[in-house]
Amino acid sequence: MTDKTFQLETLACPACAAKVESAVKKTKGVKEAEVLFNSSRVKFSFDESIVDTETIKNRIETLGYKVIGEK
Amino acid sequence: MLKLSKSKRVLISGILVAISFILKLSIGMHIVTSIFMIAAAIIAGYPILRNAIAAIRYGIVGIDALVSIAVIGAMSIGEYWEAAAVTFLFMFGDYLESRTIEKTRSSIKALLDLAPDSARVMRDGVEVEISPDEVIKGDLVIVRPGEKIPVDGTITEGNAYINQAAITGESIPVDRTVDQGVFSGGILESGYLIIRAEKVGDDTTFARILQMVEDAQDKKAHTQKFLEKFSKYYTPAIIVLALLVFIITRDLVLSLTLLVISCPGALVISTPVSIVAGIGNGARHGVLVKGGEIMERLGKIKVLAFDKTGTLTVGKPAVTRIKSYGIDENDLLRISAIGESYSEHPLARAVISYAEENLGDINDRPDNAEIIAGHGLKFYLDGISYLIGNRKLMNENSIDIGLQQDYIKSEEEKGQTVIIVADKSNVIGIISIADIVRDDAKDLIINLKHLGIRKIIMLTGDNERAAKAISSQLGIDEYHAELLPEGKVEVLKNFADEYGISAMVGDGVNDAPALASADLGIAIGGAGTDVAMETADVVLMSDEIRMLTHAIGLSRATVRNMRQNIIFALAVAAILLTGVLFKTVNLSFGMLVHELSVLLVIVNAVRLLRFGDKESRRKIAN
Repeated sequence: MTDKTFQLETLACPACAAKVESAVKKTKGVKEAEVLFNSSRVKFSFDESIVDTETIKNRIETLGYKVIGEK
Repeated sequence: MLKLSKSKRVLISGILVAISFILKLSIGMHIVTSIFMIAAAIIAGYPILRNAIAAIRYGIVGIDALVSIAVIGAMSIGEYWEAAAVTFLFMFGDYLESRTIEKTRSSIKALLDLAPDSARVMRDGVEVEISPDEVIKGDLVIVRPGEKIPVDGTITEGNAYINQAAITGESIPVDRTVDQGVFSGGILESGYLIIRAEKVGDDTTFARILQMVEDAQDKKAHTQKFLEKFSKYYTPAIIVLALLVFIITRDLVLSLTLLVISCPGALVISTPVSIVAGIGNGARHGVLVKGGEIMERLGKIKVLAFDKTGTLTVGKPAVTRIKSYGIDENDLLRISAIGESYSEHPLARAVISYAEENLGDINDRPDNAEIIAGHGLKFYLDGISYLIGNRKLMNENSIDIGLQQDYIKSEEEKGQTVIIVADKSNVIGIISIADIVRDDAKDLIINLKHLGIRKIIMLTGDNERAAKAISSQLGIDEYHAELLPEGKVEVLKNFADEYGISAMVGDGVNDAPALASADLGIAIGGAGTDVAMETADVVLMSDEIRMLTHAIGLSRATVRNMRQNIIFALAVAAILLTGVLFKTVNLSFGMLVHELSVLLVIVNAVRLLRFGDKESRRKIAN
């Protein structure tokens, strides 16, 4: 299990946050995900043998939210 | 066209909407008018539809899906104007919201920007500039005027005026010199320092404050959790309602309008924006509130318990009164200080620093001195022998204190510790020493009572006399003395049972159990004391205890702000809903009001950022 945090561009509505959260959660190999609305961050833990960060990043970006940083 | 930036998209569709509006008024619903409207709807609507489809693929029906359905529906029945207006308003509103919502987060962002970005250290005798993360414990760090201190450490060389606003919220610079501690994030206003690094990187006080503030802004308030649950049921309920309305009335426009205006945007955003603005305001004033739930509770405190030493008092004994017998007061003080220079006792240090404050540096040393443990000391100066200490010392040396007995007693009842000074045969003076109360403590207690705190108590490990003296001096309702740390927990619990929400204000390690067990733990002077900073729910970074009033006022203002937002959002939703059902509100107007209400909620939250700036400070005091 690996923990990762993405910094997104400013999330303007809690609905966006909810959307991103369930999209990340529903990704195969992702164990947990939490979107922090005020800091516009996604915290998640995932299994590296099933999914890589690039895939998760793409899923978020197809929803229309840019990932501008990670750590 | 597909790769337009959000702002350009809003601008272009806005121009198209404006042109089509003019055309509609001048030439009516001509084919040209319709083309402009359709173009506007497509440009503004494309990203909405794209996002909606992407979301639906993950099984999420969001607001963009509702808007997309409504717009497609409107286009299919030839309502081009509605389609254009709705898509434009939605995009424009979204754009404005993301711009204004950043404002609510600006205080916290400003704090993040204060993080030091470079450090100069000595490596192999050469000064090199590196990233603050690369500094190692024990490095000698050089800081010049205008630069930020990159580590927590102790000054080994130089002195400087340091602005510590980033940590304590207090922007008046403090004077620091050799052997004193400094914090990362402080800015040198003038001077020059070499600092031995003690805490670096993520361990510095400032880095940990940042981490706590960042975590705090997303710790949800009770109200927020409730609203999120509510909106979970609310949105599907509206879809069902819209369907029902369509089945009954066969009116597509009405059902679509219902869908769009019912999005709970303003309601869901009402609490997080207030909380983030409130926490940001606190952080700027050196008040760290660890999350939304705590922000809600802080204003509801009924019982407030203070620790004494270091919280209500400065925590350092100081001379409060001197009485001399047959000798000049200054001479008495000088003789005492010279004698005490031989001792390491905290009371001795109080005498010396008081003497130096009033008489200048005292460099003379006693000719000969002897410490009598538990009693005081005996010394010779200019051939005369002196005694300085407590009653026992006087008794053992057969000095009669009968004349001073009453004075000593009355001083002791005021919570003073008394030092008796005598020459070979007589008492020549009495020095009273006590831990002095903080300058702002008395005002604080008065202000707290104004704020409606029902019971203000003091819990201390100190003796009965000292406790009584301080508590009556400050106007505290009740005090409990000679308590062990567990004792404080128990007493506080009893008060909480009787009066309601309790808070403990303390400064350090021996308060940790009480801080943790109270409904709210409030630590004062948090910068530098790790235990207090970790255990407490609210941390006053500076030593200024009066910031407690700001904290409580801020909490109430934040809760009030949240309530205003919720009530406003609910009222707008109710009015729109009624308007739609009675067919007085159409699709585009509904969208306009909806977006406006979201914006107003955000703007209202932004007001919180100014709480406690001059004008409103008077309001709290009243």
